[in-house]
Amino acid sequence: MFHSTKSRAAWGAALAAVLLTAGCGGSDDASADAADYDPDAPVTLTVGTFGTMDLDNAGLYDEYMELHPNVTIKQNNVAQSAAYYKSLQTRLAANSGLDDVQALEIGFIADVVRNHADAFVDFAAEENADELEGNFYDWKWGQASTADGETIALGTDIGPQAMCYRKDLFEQAGLPTDRAEVAELWPTWEAYLEVAEQYMASPTKPADSAFVDSPASIFSSSVYQGDLAYNDEEGNPIPAESDGVQQAWDYASQAADEGLTANLSQFGDEWNAAFSNGAFATIACPAWMLGYINSQMGETGAGLWDIAPLPGADESASNWGGSFLAVPEDGPNAEAAKDLVEWLTAPEQQVKMFTRAAHFPSSPQAAEDPEVVGATNEYFNGAPTGEIFGESAANIQRTPIGPYDTQIQEAFTTALTDVAAGGAEIDEGWDNALKAAQQATGG
Amino acid sequence: MTIASGTVREAAIAAPPPASAATSPARPRKRRQLTRNRWGYAYVAPFFLVFAAFSLYPFMYTAWVSLHETSLSNINGGTWVGLENYRNLLQSEFFWNATRNTFTIGILATVPQLCMALGLAHLLNYKLRGRTFFRTVMLMPYATSIAAATLVFSQLFGRDYGLINTMLEAVGLQAIDWEAGTVSSQVAIAVIVTWRWTGYNALIYLAAMQSIPGELYEAAEIDGASKWKQFLHVTIPSLRPTILFTIVVSTIGAVQLFGEPLLFAGNGTTSGGASGQYQTLGLLMYQQGWSNFHIGQAATTAWAMFMIILVIVGVNAVIGRLRNRADR
Repeated sequence: MFHSTKSRAAWGAALAAVLLTAGCGGSDDASADAADYDPDAPVTLTVGTFGTMDLDNAGLYDEYMELHPNVTIKQNNVAQSAAYYKSLQTRLAANSGLDDVQALEIGFIADVVRNHADAFVDFAAEENADELEGNFYDWKWGQASTADGETIALGTDIGPQAMCYRKDLFEQAGLPTDRAEVAELWPTWEAYLEVAEQYMASPTKPADSAFVDSPASIFSSSVYQGDLAYNDEEGNPIPAESDGVQQAWDYASQAADEGLTANLSQFGDEWNAAFSNGAFATIACPAWMLGYINSQMGETGAGLWDIAPLPGADESASNWGGSFLAVPEDGPNAEAAKDLVEWLTAPEQQVKMFTRAAHFPSSPQAAEDPEVVGATNEYFNGAPTGEIFGESAANIQRTPIGPYDTQIQEAFTTALTDVAAGGAEIDEGWDNALKAAQQATGG
Repeated sequence: MTIASGTVREAAIAAPPPASAATSPARPRKRRQLTRNRWGYAYVAPFFLVFAAFSLYPFMYTAWVSLHETSLSNINGGTWVGLENYRNLLQSEFFWNATRNTFTIGILATVPQLCMALGLAHLLNYKLRGRTFFRTVMLMPYATSIAAATLVFSQLFGRDYGLINTMLEAVGLQAIDWEAGTVSSQVAIAVIVTWRWTGYNALIYLAAMQSIPGELYEAAEIDGASKWKQFLHVTIPSLRPTILFTIVVSTIGAVQLFGEPLLFAGNGTTSGGASGQYQTLGLLMYQQGWSNFHIGQAATTAWAMFMIILVIVGVNAVIGRLRNRADR
């Protein structure tokens, strides 16, 4: 009796020890040697993605696996890009658990370029580097490149911006509804704000509708139309001195202060509900926003919306969003992963991503492809989306990006929300935004 | 004489039975006792190993990180800055704003919650038809996930399409922008917390009430005390240790309040409202560490929260002890 109790206790202790150590077991990092790389050897590649990157839905993995029967592709998708990036950071810190291919969002690429360039394969050192570089808009290639010319990721899509507007609401407010006429309404942001005042003063527009969804719509799109956005040329945050920030703040805070916006927080519940309720007549539209509007409003929204160029687009276009694919250098299948990434981001595949899943190409060759240029969107009254966004993409300037762009942008858009809600005066809001930005960047 | 007889009895108990004394000398017997104890340690070891791995180690590690300036992706590196993070924290208006919010939301949530729980427990202590049903229903909010509850409540408190504003407008009142205002947003969050925890505390009170001897009530009734007087002068004093316990637990919960304000924003931002009007310490820590990636600062805030909790628990314990001493 005593004996059996004793052995059971021993077992218990041993089991506990095993459980504890099992959790800490690491995988050994077998670094792939380029010389050993056999392109026909069977290999399973994992691709870490976030949100709706649609590489799977557009059928690109299947196509690649058909071309290369030895390759099996597995995607690990995380719904929210912020959550995805947090786990990527902890994995980078531990240098373990990384996928063979890791997607990177524009909001995070600068941090990786600056602090973790060594962890990823340098595409600029490849034999076909010149050809690769030629595949992308120079600013897109530049966003993934370090100061010493390493390029750690290749671009997938971009978010050239336009302005979406509700035809029905414009008509009720007595504004023109034709695409070309609307484009003439707002050559500049000043003109756009005048139209907004006109809309808000109209007695015939629906009583509870505003001209634009949020001050953030104005701020986040016009901030990239200056020479600098949130950073100086070296990528150091300088929100207080940037011409882009100052201008964007002037436009957006005026709109907020005068009550021209519905003051919704973008991507919040009320914002989502507001699409169907016709609470606003315009919204800044990066190419990917079309899909978002479509999914929020469903069939009832078909034909209600149309697309015009962004105010001030003649001088400078603006980009919001976009992603990259990078290959961790220590991965056991880095060579095979490199081939996959080069194929996925090649112009031909970017054309497919646009025609099948509406992700706008980051490659000028793809953007100029007849299939892209000629594309129209039935849901948006047959708007020539390929042409509109293609023109926008060609006009995007290279504004330096930095590791804290997402946080600084949030600091400004929340301060604008406060101004619009009457919680702060314009100057006070500016100070609050700078303080919050300082807290985010300064440490 | 009594003392002597007592010692004799103890000696008799302590003395080994003659048979065993004859077969084994004192030393091996002692060793066997130790062996038996050693297996006792083995039994409790798993707990302490897990505790060390998942509580003690992170705890010390957080302290170490808080003395560095470092980012999430470089958690083991960073530069040693000593107490710099603590100084920055104490000078940061974001910290004081979050501290203030944590306390006001804490009071808004805890006080009505515990009062209501006490009242509910008192009612459920009567003989009621369907008593078990009510007791079960009361615990249901506690079994609901914070995320689900907060998402539902933040829709109820929505500015344009929320049910509460629709009702306010239906009775001719002005709609409230719940999320934008300081007081209104804090009240809304306090409502979520109260909804979730009232039933739980009520059940704790109820359990304690059932252990109050019935004679006390009988005696009070004979003395002519009304039900209300009985509640005030019999129930509450008997519940004092339980009340102290629930206050301590609720206060710790209030200092750590995080999920509700995070999800109340509705779009995943961590600033706790446009002017930080409902940013709590927990949310500030999350913002520092996981939105801004300054993990050293976040660790500092975590330690500050721990200190605040220690102070509050200490004050509670002192008050409890003083009350006890005063009663004696």
